[in-house]
Amino acid sequence: MTSALSWYESTARQRLAGLLDASSFGEFIGPEQRETSSHLAVFDLPAQFDDGMIVGHGTLDGTRVWVAAQEGRFMGGAVGEVHGAKLTGLLRAARESSPRPVLILLDTGGVRLQEANAGELAIAEIMRALIDARLAGVPVIGLIGGRAGCYGGGGLIAACCSALAISEQGRIGVSGPEVIETHRGVEEFDSQDRALVWRTMGGKHRRLLGGAELFVDDSLEGFRAAAATLIRQAPALDAATLEAEQARLEQRLERFGGCADARDVWASLGAADARAIPSMDTQEFIALADRLAPSRHDAR
Amino acid sequence: MEQLHYRHVAAARARGAKAQALVGVVASGDLEVLVQRTLPDRECEVEIRTAIAGFADVWQAVVADFVERRSPGGLKLSVNDGGARPDMVALRLAQAVRAVGEPA
Repeated sequence: MTSALSWYESTARQRLAGLLDASSFGEFIGPEQRETSSHLAVFDLPAQFDDGMIVGHGTLDGTRVWVAAQEGRFMGGAVGEVHGAKLTGLLRAARESSPRPVLILLDTGGVRLQEANAGELAIAEIMRALIDARLAGVPVIGLIGGRAGCYGGGGLIAACCSALAISEQGRIGVSGPEVIETHRGVEEFDSQDRALVWRTMGGKHRRLLGGAELFVDDSLEGFRAAAATLIRQAPALDAATLEAEQARLEQRLERFGGCADARDVWASLGAADARAIPSMDTQEFIALADRLAPSRHDAR
Repeated sequence: MEQLHYRHVAAARARGAKAQALVGVVASGDLEVLVQRTLPDRECEVEIRTAIAGFADVWQAVVADFVERRSPGGLKLSVNDGGARPDMVALRLAQAVRAVGEPA
């Protein structure tokens, strides 16, 4: 496995292989158990043997971790009943069996519409299990840089994590671009305007706004290094953290509430040339972000 | 959903020692192949599930060609198809045999 491989272009299994120490990954409920969705056949849609969710354990620089990875190319990484239950089970194991850090490789458009209620329930169960794990002292780290981004219920799960790492290609939101355009009109948000989508929801903006702790290069090695850093720095989930988060969000609203565009936010932060930010390379951007908006380790 | 099932006799046992491997993703124009070393040395089974009905003749030809070229004796291959073209199917089947042919 070449560590310079693009995270965005890799499959979920390739990401796990590049993220963890060589040959350390062990899978729970692997594809040979054929725990596939029972809902998709009703719509004459093909199943996938792992239902687009791979869960297991491994080591990262020798530290034992639990891992979950969504395959964004299967149904846009959407969360169905089996897919969600695998992640819920992993998070419960993290709390109940041994308190190792959890890495979630998010790549999802949200709930799988064909499994609507089961998918919505799965999101709620995942959030509950994630919060319970964090309350028990388990760091839960989200890694976001896949094709599907991290939308819908995936955006809610990301918001529950201890810390997030994101690449330029990563996007975080609840309502995705098409959803906003459908409900509010193209004047409000043009989902075909890629530059607008990326500067509103993409990795650079999320890092500058405080939504993600680390901005990383789009490579397996970049995410591996970020995950190793974040599992050591994850904040506790307690009243002090939540109060700090509340204060940070109030300040953010006060400071940027009048901004009509992400570029206005960047200019308010003190960026000399906000228009240059989207084309900056990784190292240049990280240096700028560290100067303009030091990374904050409270909740989101 | 069309389900197809083919049994062949292969020229030889597939190389390698791994018990199973998984290649590909069920995405548009792609497919996944789960390969398991569970059969007697010369036997080969290919199971296919596809939402694109009516192409059994093409599947049969691609699978027969695969068995002749790759000699996948002892292997059971299970395919979930996302509407892949025959050339993609042939590549994924070959990739599956290669993946399971690595040292254990």
